[in-house]
Amino acid sequence: MSDTIALDVAGLAKTYRSPGRDVEAVRDLTFQIRRGELVCIVGPSGAGKTTLLRCIAGLLDLSGGQIRLDGTAVTEPPAGMAVVFQEYGRSLFPWLTVRGNVELPLKEKGLAKAARAAKVAEALDAVGLPDSADAHPWQLSGGMQQRVAIARAIAYEPSVLLMDEPFAAVDAQTRADLEDLVRTLWKRLGVTVLFVTHDIDESVYLGQRVLVLSNRPTVVLEDVPVDLPDDRDQLTTRSSPQFTKIRTHVYELVQSAKRGERPEPS
Amino acid sequence: MKISEFPRRILIALGLPVVLIALWWFASAGSTSFFWPPLSTIVQAFPETWTADPLLHDVLPSVARLLGGYLIALLVGVAAGTAIGRSRTLRALCEPVLEFFRAVPPPVLVPVIALFAGYTGSTSKVLTIALGCLWPILLNTVEGVRSLDEVLLDTARSYRLGRVATLWHVVLRGSSPRIAAGARQSLSIGVILMVISELFGANRGLGASIVQFQRSFAIPQMWTGIILLGLLGVVLSALFRLVENRSLAWYRGQRDAERER
Repeated sequence: MSDTIALDVAGLAKTYRSPGRDVEAVRDLTFQIRRGELVCIVGPSGAGKTTLLRCIAGLLDLSGGQIRLDGTAVTEPPAGMAVVFQEYGRSLFPWLTVRGNVELPLKEKGLAKAARAAKVAEALDAVGLPDSADAHPWQLSGGMQQRVAIARAIAYEPSVLLMDEPFAAVDAQTRADLEDLVRTLWKRLGVTVLFVTHDIDESVYLGQRVLVLSNRPTVVLEDVPVDLPDDRDQLTTRSSPQFTKIRTHVYELVQSAKRGERPEPS
Repeated sequence: MKISEFPRRILIALGLPVVLIALWWFASAGSTSFFWPPLSTIVQAFPETWTADPLLHDVLPSVARLLGGYLIALLVGVAAGTAIGRSRTLRALCEPVLEFFRAVPPPVLVPVIALFAGYTGSTSKVLTIALGCLWPILLNTVEGVRSLDEVLLDTARSYRLGRVATLWHVVLRGSSPRIAAGARQSLSIGVILMVISELFGANRGLGASIVQFQRSFAIPQMWTGIILLGLLGVVLSALFRLVENRSLAWYRGQRDAERER
């Protein structure tokens, strides 16, 4: 059973300590993500979503609990994880070309030149940017830049792909395209995806499950299964009664989280 | 840059110098003042003054000392600046001292350095240039490294870039615009210090020659030296720009792209 779990978060707690003032951001988070799942996390703003994600990515030390990726405790950024940050404009290296950005982590992995070139071409192809390899990120639109960041992540071949509100800063149409891109890549590559967002519709449209977080200090309010068909598209899925039902439920949960409702301590 | 644009830019770049030279030429044409000879006299004196011997034994050693001191400052400044910029503790420890040293005008150091390294040799001169050039480079590097984008550093960490790759591909590249700004400042300081370092214990050198011409009332020759010094500055800054244009093209492009949005 345990080898089907890709990501195991147990009792995760994070308190930011500074002289005279401790801020408890995350109190007690426990959830598991099976291999190949696409799980979304939503919560009210300030719910510690980014803190949670940075903890999972190994970028922040935990105050308590444990995170295991493929059975190994996460104490530093693990090799089997790739992160797509919200701020695409700040997470791509502006002095490198698109190719350079995708290639750099592979170089660091020690891949030979030919293998790197093949993987870069494949990844750029997969995100629909086969002709932009020689451009610099700042020559591309916001949506295209985020595609580059996604290409870099999938070329890295992680077992878990973390996405931190990746489409918060792009316009609505681009966002719809990118959401479909994530679904397509997830199905094609079989990668496990943990997608953090503040957009309730997005979480229901993308995920197989939606974890709704409480307000600070954060715990999981409810684990909502999304029983929508696997083939989704922006028009029919979003207008289906089932989508509306789940969306309403998640919406109500987020509202109650904002009011400060929390699960009974067990 | 378009081809048709190129001659236009050359014309614009040369326009003002040509006007200034013409003004100088005509304003000084009938001059009988000893200290203010006609430009025609100065131009005549130029090839007579700067023959192979002084070029080889005055100008070349001066320029070599300048470049030597400058390169030392660049290496030490970037290395120390990166270390200080990366470490909060080191920064807190060093900042007051750095501010102190920056406030001390480098020419003041010349006699002090000469005391320790000798008046006549090259060492004291190179050291003077290096010490003067160090601070702008060092402080700008600290600032550049310190203001690196957190998201970029997080990206480097999450993709497990090693220390060397992070230093080279992220830290240094990311702070290179600031480093270049410091290096540009230092270049003009270096030229000034190259001259000043030769004022004491003058043997040979471009700066020493100018002072010797002045003291021996060889006024047209003195003017040729000053012109040569100015030309040297122009050449050095053109070289600097060449390097900068190549290595910071991404920075300009990004800045222009941000302005358009």
